[in-house]
Amino acid sequence: MRFLDLSAISDADKQACEAIARDAGVNLKDCYQCGKCTAGCPLAESMDLVPREVIRYLQLGAVDVVLEAKTPWICAQCVVCSSRCPQNVDICSVMRAVRLASKHAGKRPVPEADIFDDEFIANVRAHGVSNEQYLAAAYNVKSGHFVQDMGNATRMLKRGMVGVAMHNTKGRANVAALVDRALAADSTRRAQADEGKGGEA
Amino acid sequence: MMKYAYFPGCSANTTGKSFTVSTAYVAEKIGVELVEIPDWNCCGTSAAALTSPELAVALPARSLAIADRELPGLDVVAPCAGCYRSLKTSLAFARESEENRELIKKIINAPYEAKADVLTLLDVLATDEARETIAAKVQRKLRCLKVACYYGCAMVRPADVCECDNVEDPMEMDDLMELIGAEPVDWAFKTECCGAAQQMTIPVQAKPMIERIFQNAVANGADCIVTSCPLCMLNLDMREAEINRARVANGLEPFDIPCYYFTELIGLAFGADPDEVGIDIHFHPAKTLLLQRELDALELEEAENIARAEEARKKAEMAAKIAAKKAEKAAKEKAAKEAAAQAAAQPEEGKEAAE
Repeated sequence: MRFLDLSAISDADKQACEAIARDAGVNLKDCYQCGKCTAGCPLAESMDLVPREVIRYLQLGAVDVVLEAKTPWICAQCVVCSSRCPQNVDICSVMRAVRLASKHAGKRPVPEADIFDDEFIANVRAHGVSNEQYLAAAYNVKSGHFVQDMGNATRMLKRGMVGVAMHNTKGRANVAALVDRALAADSTRRAQADEGKGGEA
Repeated sequence: MMKYAYFPGCSANTTGKSFTVSTAYVAEKIGVELVEIPDWNCCGTSAAALTSPELAVALPARSLAIADRELPGLDVVAPCAGCYRSLKTSLAFARESEENRELIKKIINAPYEAKADVLTLLDVLATDEARETIAAKVQRKLRCLKVACYYGCAMVRPADVCECDNVEDPMEMDDLMELIGAEPVDWAFKTECCGAAQQMTIPVQAKPMIERIFQNAVANGADCIVTSCPLCMLNLDMREAEINRARVANGLEPFDIPCYYFTELIGLAFGADPDEVGIDIHFHPAKTLLLQRELDALELEEAENIARAEEARKKAEMAAKIAAKKAEKAAKEKAAKEAAAQAAAQPEEGKEAAE
């Protein structure tokens, strides 16, 4: 843990942390900081805040610290933390909620992770299914990692795993409309939550 | 006849080709009918969950609703672990409340009652009926092949969603491997994460995840890793070469550990040629080990036959010895009896003579 000026934390910060916990479906007070989540996390060594610290900062109301953290974007969503937590805190769900809050706040501490998921959903929206070769190509271009996995792409081509043909679901227009409706429902829910917050204040 | 609605997933015709081919081979042999869900779409996987909770439940629900409508009464089987987890998560959400179902119906713009259950291919093959059929169809036991059964995350976690009662040490695949004669090893990384999409987005940080899986399998005496997820397979099998290059550069011994889908190995036990079940398109050479272990199995069988013959010879020898001893004893007893009879007769004769 780093030095933290608790007097600089506002009520709004605390409310933002509680909102994240609500989205994640957890009670932050359940965590007694044992660190078992962190002991089992296969990516903890690469994180700027270990999973236990993310929960701790949320408990303290330090919302900016977690929204800037790379940790939720490094998390592979493997759910080991949640499954081993002796207090049944769904830490993995917290990582997801923090990452979404961070994204909606216009931040993306690990741009590659954000680009990958955006490209993935764009691919599914356009074709109904994910075309891995085009996803990888689009990812490389947008992330600037132009030659990443190029050798592997050649190996896949040789094995007939990928080709130039684009796969499409028959009802792809249907899927595109579904994606749009889902994202609209998502914005509506968030707008209502913001309004509720405004009402309380 | 066991019949299921089949959700192939996006990797079925691309990076997961071998899984699809071997699944079809095994299903056909044991009489499991897989009916593809018409016009299914991508499950959204973690990308949808990390974009919007609404999207994460709606994408799988569209395919599940089609299955309920077009293939009523059939449960859905999703061989890909990533698809399985997305479908199962969406199903759990839909079954939670009427309100949740209403939300889904509004977004997918179709009726949906969350009737069909979602299963992994392991669930399907681990039923008593399927296991009996598998055992009966085995033509060649994969003896001498030491396998590290690798389940990954998505089939077991979250435990409540996946209805998994043993998240740290699942056994379904181990049991199936035993059924076809292979030797599952006890190892610690059964349900460790392969890194999933993070192998693309943060390759430097995620690579050690794969290396540790290989390390643990080798340390526990495994010849190979057996998996049930196309993304685990791709991350392990395709990236073994780059991990080995780094290891060699650091003066470490490279790994030589092939990966197989559990369906490929079941197919082989049913008598398939490796090419028939997709083993020819693996990245890490995967045929030599199988040939080597087939040879080892033959040699083991030969040694066992010799040992059995030797044992039979010893048994016969012992039986002969016992028979000889018995005959000897019987002869002795006979002789003694005769002598006694003779001795008894002689005094009689004496008495007679005296009279």
